[in-house]
Amino acid sequence: MNLQGVKAIYRFEMERTWRTIFQSVVSPVVSTSLYFVVFGSAIGSRIKEIDGISYGAFIVPGLIMLSLLTQSTANASFGIYFPKFTGTIYELLSAPISYFEIVLGYVGAAASKSIILGLIILATANLFVTIEIAHPIWMLTFLVLTSVTFSLFGFIIGVWADGFEQLQIVPLLVVTPLAFLGGSFYSINMLPEFWQKVTLFNPVVYLISGFRWSFYGVADVGVGVSLAMIALFLSLCLGIVWWIFRTGYKLKP
Amino acid sequence: MQSVISIKNLSKTYADGFQALKDVSLEIEDSEILALLGPNGAGKTTLISIVCGLVNPSSGSVEVSGHDIISDYRAARELIGLVPQELTTDAFQTVWQTVSFTRGLFGKPAKPSYIEKILRDLSLWDKKDNILMTLSGGMKRRVLIAKALSHEPRILFLDEPTAGVDVELRKDMWDVVRGLRASGVTIILTTHYIEEAEQMADRIGIINKGELVLVAQKAELMRKLGQKQLALHLREPLERLPGGLDDYELELSSDGRELTYLYSTQGKRTGVRGLLSALQGAGVEFKDLDTKQRSLEDIFVTLVKEQS
Ligand SMILES: Nc1ncnc2c1ncn2[C@@H]1O[C@H](COP(=O)(O)OP(=O)(O)O)[C@@H](O)[C@H]1O
Ligand SMILES: [Mg+2]
Repeated sequence: MNLQGVKAIYRFEMERTWRTIFQSVVSPVVSTSLYFVVFGSAIGSRIKEIDGISYGAFIVPGLIMLSLLTQSTANASFGIYFPKFTGTIYELLSAPISYFEIVLGYVGAAASKSIILGLIILATANLFVTIEIAHPIWMLTFLVLTSVTFSLFGFIIGVWADGFEQLQIVPLLVVTPLAFLGGSFYSINMLPEFWQKVTLFNPVVYLISGFRWSFYGVADVGVGVSLAMIALFLSLCLGIVWWIFRTGYKLKP
Repeated sequence: MQSVISIKNLSKTYADGFQALKDVSLEIEDSEILALLGPNGAGKTTLISIVCGLVNPSSGSVEVSGHDIISDYRAARELIGLVPQELTTDAFQTVWQTVSFTRGLFGKPAKPSYIEKILRDLSLWDKKDNILMTLSGGMKRRVLIAKALSHEPRILFLDEPTAGVDVELRKDMWDVVRGLRASGVTIILTTHYIEEAEQMADRIGIINKGELVLVAQKAELMRKLGQKQLALHLREPLERLPGGLDDYELELSSDGRELTYLYSTQGKRTGVRGLLSALQGAGVEFKDLDTKQRSLEDIFVTLVKEQS
């Protein structure tokens, strides 16, 4: 096992975060605060409580998920896309490092960033509303699993993308809408019955629901179902990454 | 001589159906400098890329110090450093960071004293904290060499190392290369400059259209194919070659004032003496003569012509 190699990639990626600290940490924190001000006060003044939880507190898990999903995808995809774009990927491919180790370095770094970011947002939210965490271990489990899964997803997007446009289009046009429609800001039980059914096809619903359960013990769908959905998506991403490396897709002619 | 890289029947057909390598077999010897010489598009980069793991071979096999490049890629790649043809560097790292990064990627623990040594050898020491993006092309080339050497490889690939490089860097680079060779590192360089191969290499391999046309010791290549050319400047122009000279393959210039004779310096008899007396016998007088060694350039042109 080439641990030095994994460490080199991991450090490289974390240093990149430090260089782009504004983009990677400050801006998500600012936008989260804005969501609180706008949604929390505008909607919160009309909806007092959902499932017995104050509206401000209710949206916290969804807000964290929103950032986790978009940031994991964006970070991991950029991380592997950039060497492909500049050509420095030759180094990765010619080094005595396995595909698993390459993924560990890139996805590990992207997931770490998301986890740290999630905790920062949680701390920021705590300034606005009182948050209780009913199942802290499960909360961390959901945080880590989601970060890893969507970092893998981002890695795939980064390998697939041929240009910066494609790179941005997925987080922007797929991940963000799914997160918004996945019950970040409302309980899906508040929707008309038809739309509740439609929403169940949105994988993000399960993530947000499970994550919210770890905070407040209430969920739109069963926790087991939530976990199974994450596991399913994680295996799917792992399978695709495995296929990418086995065939050299877009990496090795 | 023991071979450090053993390439057997290697072929590569790219996805678009283009065959860039055709059944190439090559043994690269330990501690030699091998120059792969060939025109643009010959397949030099493709060959190097397969050995280094950047391109999948279509068929054939490569072993590096006995390690198969696919089934035993870790052991094989640890031994190899690659300086790519294109100037590809990260943008935001410093020189020091990027060289250390490569060392880590190759699984070696940090060794600042060694990194310092290569940076000094490549005149990069005063640039060690500069951001890569701000460096000139020549400096980036130096950085790529430093990266390739960062993990103390036993084999170094230099793909067109002097393309667009200034005289000073060329000199520094050859100093480094000679130093490496002296310490037992095997060096494979590709070039389309014949002088470079002639100057640096122990052996030369010629590639054209995906085929390895020939591999030989440089001196042997020069000897084997190094014909000399004797030019005789005649006192009186001739209309045609007089009889009695048929044994010699002579060529008469169109104005009839110059006779040229190609001979091999390798054979015991060059035939020059015989030719001169035959000329005297035929009553052909000349006022001057000169001989010329054929350069690698000529040899190369001939070989490539013969092939096509
Ligand atoms: N990824 C690729 N897909 C298709 N053709 C390629 C690819 N890479 C190189 N080639 C073609 O293969 C041939 C050999 O290229 P290359 O190995 O770079 O030659 P050289 O290094 O000798 O100039 C060229 O005709 C080039 O266009
Ligand atoms: Mg080339």
